[in-house]
Amino acid sequence: MSSEALIDIKGVTHAYKTKSGPLPVLDDLNVSVKEGGFVAVVGPSGCGKSTLTRLIAGLMKPNEGEVWLHGARVTSPRSTVGMAFQNPVLLEWRSILDNVILPLEIVPTKLSRKEKEARAEELLALVGLEGFESKRPSELSGGMRQRASLCRALVHKPDVLILDEPFGALDAFTREDLWQTMHALKAKEPFTGVLITHDLRESIFLADEVVVLSGRPATTQYRLPVAFEGARTIDHLYTPEAAEMLNVLRHQIEIAQGRVAA
Amino acid sequence: MIRKIGVPLAAIVIFLILWELLVWANGWPNYKMASPSDLWPAFWQYRELFLIQGWETLWRTVVGLGLAVIVGILLGMVMGFSRTMREALYPLLVGFNAIPKATVVPIIALMFVGQHDLNTILIAFMISFFPIAVSVSIGLSTLEPEYRDILRSLGASNLTIFWKIALPKTLPEFFGALKVSVTLAFIGTNLMEIVSPHGRGLGALFDSGKTNADFPLMFAVLLALAALGIALYYVVVFLERTFAGWAERPEH
Ligand SMILES: Nc1ncnc2c1ncn2[C@@H]1O[C@H](COP(=O)(O)OP(=O)(O)OP(=O)(O)O)[C@@H](O)[C@H]1O
Ligand SMILES: [Mg+2]
Repeated sequence: MSSEALIDIKGVTHAYKTKSGPLPVLDDLNVSVKEGGFVAVVGPSGCGKSTLTRLIAGLMKPNEGEVWLHGARVTSPRSTVGMAFQNPVLLEWRSILDNVILPLEIVPTKLSRKEKEARAEELLALVGLEGFESKRPSELSGGMRQRASLCRALVHKPDVLILDEPFGALDAFTREDLWQTMHALKAKEPFTGVLITHDLRESIFLADEVVVLSGRPATTQYRLPVAFEGARTIDHLYTPEAAEMLNVLRHQIEIAQGRVAA
Repeated sequence: MIRKIGVPLAAIVIFLILWELLVWANGWPNYKMASPSDLWPAFWQYRELFLIQGWETLWRTVVGLGLAVIVGILLGMVMGFSRTMREALYPLLVGFNAIPKATVVPIIALMFVGQHDLNTILIAFMISFFPIAVSVSIGLSTLEPEYRDILRSLGASNLTIFWKIALPKTLPEFFGALKVSVTLAFIGTNLMEIVSPHGRGLGALFDSGKTNADFPLMFAVLLALAALGIALYYVVVFLERTFAGWAERPEH
């Protein structure tokens, strides 16, 4: 079981229909993530990363190729997926607690209202939002909203978590705080994750494998396994191994952007 | 609280005093411009008529407006969710809205001769649904895709997405439009009441004032209309506070 891929993207090719003809976005893309794994996907802007997340979530079907989750082919959305985006998209008319509960109102569940609240409170406490349950989203800072958005993505215990640049709009310090929060969440709430990011340091701090996509139409250009000894801390980012990894990734991105030859 | 009620009230009193002074200073006779002090006798003399006709105007306006809300939301939903329908319906609606309703009034009056209630409600509805339809359709069509994806990725149906996200998110725009529509619906009701022979409502009272050259009565009707309009407007404001109060940003 553990060696089997939980997320398996096999030879996916996709093009958008646009006014000026088809726009090829993904080209024979292969990515697989084993159960409990956490893969970061980096690549040039506009290469098709968000498209990839929408395919995994079953929001779209690829023109060619297959997406498999948990041994089942994905053809439509399924409630075992959690998503968070760069824009936290919290509902302004709901309290933070009710925002986090939202997925539990959609997916089939036997939980009572009390139990749902308890579940949401538990997660909010885990990300440091204790005491903010009854606040409105507009009363929170950007980092706090993103924390709430992460709680919402996890509240229904999805086995797959899809994050599309969730920390992209945050300042550097807040971002590092949230990286730590991600590790705390991962320790308590096991999930298999795909993280889209533009931040190479973020990719090696959070993921156990980094996939570099080529420029559009994107295909898998490079894979970098990430291993650090012991629990990860920000200090790890300042070790020679980290510097080496960042160098390799930066070089790969330049290739993907077409700025240097392979 | 004192500020919220006291300030507008004081403004109205000052307005009435200025009006009185203006008429007094110019020595205008009643047929040119009645002054507030002439209106109270008119109100008092016809107090029963004002209550009866005011009620006629009010209920027909509210029913017309209710129709406008239902049809406006439905049209807005259709146009908001389907691009094809939006492209098909917009020119039609704009064209329809551009027709001055004063020209539609006699047509409707002839179409349903004698059915005064129906005619009045119809005009109130026709004049007031447009802002609602447009605001709802814009609110729905500009919903950021991420909002939809949050629920859609969990397998939620379109109806669930509409109830949980699209509708509440559109409420502030909807109430903004409703405030415009309230006033429009009043105009519609009165147009029909004034034009219809043997009409009822404040518009008909105005018309009879005109026929009898009873100028204070005409002005009194105008004031009564304004009062009704204000009352209905604040009902909408109250509903807005209740259902879309979250859209008000905390003050800094
Ligand atoms: N619905 C759509 N219809 C047509 N073209 C689209 C659509 N969505 C995205 N595209 C185009 O497809 C390409 C890939 O888009 P995508 O959002 O997947 O890129 P991305 O890698 O996430 O970009 P970024 O790094 O800027 O977030 C872009 O050129 C974009 O303009
Ligand atoms: Mg993107």
